[in-house]
Amino acid sequence: MKLATFKRHLIESFKSLKRNGWMSVAAFSAVTVTLLLVGVLLSVLMNVNKIAADVENDVQVRVLINRGTTQAQQTKLKNKLEKLAEVKKITFSSKENELSKVVKSYGKGFKLFGGDGNPLYDVFIVQAKKPQQTVRVAQQAKKMSFVYDAKYGGTSAKKMFAIVDNIQKWGLGISLLLLFVAVFLISNTIRITILSRQNEISIMRLVGATNSFIRWPFILEGAWTGLFGAVIPLVIVNFGYVWTHRVLSQALASTSYRLLTPGTFLLEIDALLILIGIFIGALGAGFSMRRFLKI
Amino acid sequence: MIEFKHVFKKYANQVVAVNDFNIKIQQGEFVYVIGPSGAGKSTFIKMMYREEKPTSGQIKVNDYQLEEIKNSKVPFLRRELGVVFQDFKLLPKLTIFENVAYALQVIEKQPAAIKARVEHVLGLVKLASKAPAFPNELSGGEQQRVAIARAIANEPKILIADEPTGNLDPETAAGIMEILERINQQGTTVVMATHNSHLVNEYRHRVIEIEGGRVIRDQDEGRFFQDEASNF
Repeated sequence: MKLATFKRHLIESFKSLKRNGWMSVAAFSAVTVTLLLVGVLLSVLMNVNKIAADVENDVQVRVLINRGTTQAQQTKLKNKLEKLAEVKKITFSSKENELSKVVKSYGKGFKLFGGDGNPLYDVFIVQAKKPQQTVRVAQQAKKMSFVYDAKYGGTSAKKMFAIVDNIQKWGLGISLLLLFVAVFLISNTIRITILSRQNEISIMRLVGATNSFIRWPFILEGAWTGLFGAVIPLVIVNFGYVWTHRVLSQALASTSYRLLTPGTFLLEIDALLILIGIFIGALGAGFSMRRFLKI
Repeated sequence: MIEFKHVFKKYANQVVAVNDFNIKIQQGEFVYVIGPSGAGKSTFIKMMYREEKPTSGQIKVNDYQLEEIKNSKVPFLRRELGVVFQDFKLLPKLTIFENVAYALQVIEKQPAAIKARVEHVLGLVKLASKAPAFPNELSGGEQQRVAIARAIANEPKILIADEPTGNLDPETAAGIMEILERINQQGTTVVMATHNSHLVNEYRHRVIEIEGGRVIRDQDEGRFFQDEASNF
């Protein structure tokens, strides 16, 4: 395409946006709502995925020690655990210590369980050398005497993946529905432009303008609608994420789990939102053109 | 060159608008298409620039075989044709200059070439001075001259005019006719559908008369017989 032609298409598409006034605003709002939802959903999903991966890579195995195990028996167990080839480090955490962690996370109400009523177990926190070894360490630990149970991150990872799966299914469904609505609204807006310019289009066709030449300004108009519609979601998602990241990072500081850092992650989300906006805009325009360009 | 071979056109409502047309129009000819309303004139004309497709038969326009041509090639066929209508079809928001230039812009001609060409064709239809005016500031005859200027801007081999004088008074119509004659003399084929008996009898050319979807007369230097019969 020639530069002069492209310039003409650009100018035409802007004029048309302006001419459509409120219809453009409606289409633009549809894109805004859609992309806002998609943006938030994407941020949540990608972070949940990240944490699920963190959990999966967690090398800790919590070996719960049977109640009433004596000090000597505990030492015996510890020695046995240390002999496992996969074990890197073992730390002891008493049930009082465990309870204080619970109180810290869930509130003072749990102090009630202090003293003799403490339902928790003394724990050996065993670190495996590699994430893949956690399962084996846990399995072996379970078979040892004085061991009540051995838990590893894999269990919570599985639970998390189930949650991620649900979020993905529902999120994807709702996003698709919204994307569909946005495409429909954009295509309707552009159909109105086309109707108001039917005379012009018929003359273009008469003097031999190609279909792609006729189509371009409308496709661009759709793309603009998508692009401008992406601006507000971009701002909200960016600021929102930076804020959320700061708040949640403090909460997660004591764990080995980390959220995705805003820098590159936000750039990716931004690029994705812009692309989706432009794509649904152009798609909507494309739909509305089809009927009018049949020769 | 336009050639129709056994062309039929049947619309969805079963009306046969064109019934076995066999017509050949050579390059440089001037041809009138006459006949009552609903005779099939417009369908015949529309098939020439592929606004309508034939139900069966073959149509050749210049080097294009229209019953076979792909949709994507239709714009290129139309660049070799100029089409003028009774209602001018000018864009009201563009000036006269822009209206003519528009036809060249949409087929992506060089801007510099466009300016020179538009000035030239506006001179041909004697409207150079009206270039900055808008269509509603012009008379009907002047508007039709703009439409003709637009139609010939791309130097088409064939000019198709569907009732070009239908909305004009006799004197203005004669002015339009003079322009079409001049264009024809420069080698452009002119096909003109008309009801105007006076023009047909005054400027003698080949006459193709259509009635009820059939060609009932194809005569060189023909007259408008209906005129004498109905005396209108």
